[in-house]
Amino acid sequence: MALFDHTIKELEEMLHNKEITVQDLVDESYKRINEVDDQVHAFLTLDEENARAKAKELDEATDTSASLFGMPGGIKDNIMTKGLRTTCASQFLDNFTDPLYDATVVQKLNKEQMVAVGKLNMDEFAMGSSNENSSYDPTRNPWNTDYVPGGSSGGSAAAVAAGEVLFSLGSDTGGSIRQPAAFCGVVGMKPTYGRVSRFGLVAFASSLDQIGPITRTVEDNARVLEVIAGHDQMDSTSANLDVPNYTEALTNDVSGLKIAVPKEYLAEGVTPEVRESILEALKVYESLGATWEEVSLPHSKYAVATYYLLSSSEASANLARFDGVRYGVRTENADNMIDMFKNSRSEGFGPEVKRRIMLGTFALSSGYYDAYYKKAQKVRTLIKNDFDKIFEDYDVVIGPTTPTPAFKVGEKTDDPLTMYANDILTIPVNLAGVPGISIPCGFSADGLPIGLQIIGKHFDESTVYRTAHAFEQATEHHKKRPQLGGAN
Amino acid sequence: MADISKEQVKHVAHLARLAVTDEEVDKLSDELSAIIDYAEQLNELDTDGIEPTTHVLDLKNIMRKDEAKEWITQEDALKNAPDHHGGQFRVPSIMADS
Repeated sequence: MALFDHTIKELEEMLHNKEITVQDLVDESYKRINEVDDQVHAFLTLDEENARAKAKELDEATDTSASLFGMPGGIKDNIMTKGLRTTCASQFLDNFTDPLYDATVVQKLNKEQMVAVGKLNMDEFAMGSSNENSSYDPTRNPWNTDYVPGGSSGGSAAAVAAGEVLFSLGSDTGGSIRQPAAFCGVVGMKPTYGRVSRFGLVAFASSLDQIGPITRTVEDNARVLEVIAGHDQMDSTSANLDVPNYTEALTNDVSGLKIAVPKEYLAEGVTPEVRESILEALKVYESLGATWEEVSLPHSKYAVATYYLLSSSEASANLARFDGVRYGVRTENADNMIDMFKNSRSEGFGPEVKRRIMLGTFALSSGYYDAYYKKAQKVRTLIKNDFDKIFEDYDVVIGPTTPTPAFKVGEKTDDPLTMYANDILTIPVNLAGVPGISIPCGFSADGLPIGLQIIGKHFDESTVYRTAHAFEQATEHHKKRPQLGGAN
Repeated sequence: MADISKEQVKHVAHLARLAVTDEEVDKLSDELSAIIDYAEQLNELDTDGIEPTTHVLDLKNIMRKDEAKEWITQEDALKNAPDHHGGQFRVPSIMADS
């Protein structure tokens, strides 16, 4: 059994009993990275020297009470890490080696004594569903490297699945934590909008972005969220609410839980084996004393169009800051300032990022604003109202995370709309701002993981975790490991 | 069928401060037309009287005291810049002919 097959709680006990050291844990990370990362490409930057120094320091520390003491983790590369290269997987930031501050989530993890192993690969500026939009070698799915790991937090999910780190942080704007978690067979949580500070997250779509943890178990996930959640003066959209003790919510009791299953989430486009896995999962919940009923979220089919208009509009404004003046790579081909802006941006951004900036700029431009941007904001209200109505009568909404398991590298790169449709079941959750988790619930005939999505009420991550944990404890899916080169 | 013309693509690219080649203009014209065409489905919905959602949380203005704080030094602010001079970011001439 590999070290990272243990939970954080188990490893904590092993550390306290002196069965292992923090240096053993950090060794395990880099050993595994050396073994498999030339196949997986999960990491963009490693911080080995600092991580080993930190491990040594922690092994000599007398106070070992911090909640992530010595636990090796990876950080998605759109989250700022002081003095550690942060590229957002974009050529534009290839030389951004010396960020000036840590994101609030990183400060919080450091305070709880995590060991940062390195920065994780992603779709450029978090725009994509397959990692194929990375400006570097795209991450591959550890279960089968011919397949994509999902995106945009593909590196974050793959690194955990491959046993390179114990946990990671991702960000989720339209499914970017949950979809790769589903494709890689791990646990990924998008918290309620406002639950986690976005300070230091390179903004994509500010009204939708949330940071969340990716782990192998629900318990580990709850533990990491407990650390990173909470109000932050540096993010005025972070909610000023107490953070519950999420690990205490894992009671393994779901008797009487009322589950809503939207018929739109099992409709056309969802493959038979994904549908079967979800129906099997619902049987497990029945056996645990929960009940489920079919409901309707009637505006689901409009979510993808709404999302692409709103997120691209917000992105076109947010990405205006990349102009070759204060950071990033500046073009060498310009003799006036406007051309410097234009050429730096055109050379620095990849095709998908440009496409979305163009779409967003168009949707916000004079004469089109009401027809597209404002219309999409109104439909967003209808989508949010759908969830509000369901949550009057039910505790959680359950369905698949994605309509299909992971697809092959190159399979969907020709048509942006086909790629976008892949996020049809995760996007509504961001639009409504509610929390959602993906947990493993089965495997396809090809041996690829299938994800179960559990969606909760605003700021009710506790019920989402309790629901996820009860299923996990009743099943064995989360114990399966991908067979990559090397021992694990 | 939505039609985003090549002229529109060039105009939007200028607004977005992106330089586009003729080949990119052709491609973006097709791709944006297809995406906007897809987005037209929102017009199936009657949204008269529906309030737009800009933000899911019921937040009002968040105020803080206007106090000077130590944040980053001038030296730090310049260290990731492609070009700087005399403590300031340096850019090419603004007035040069384009």
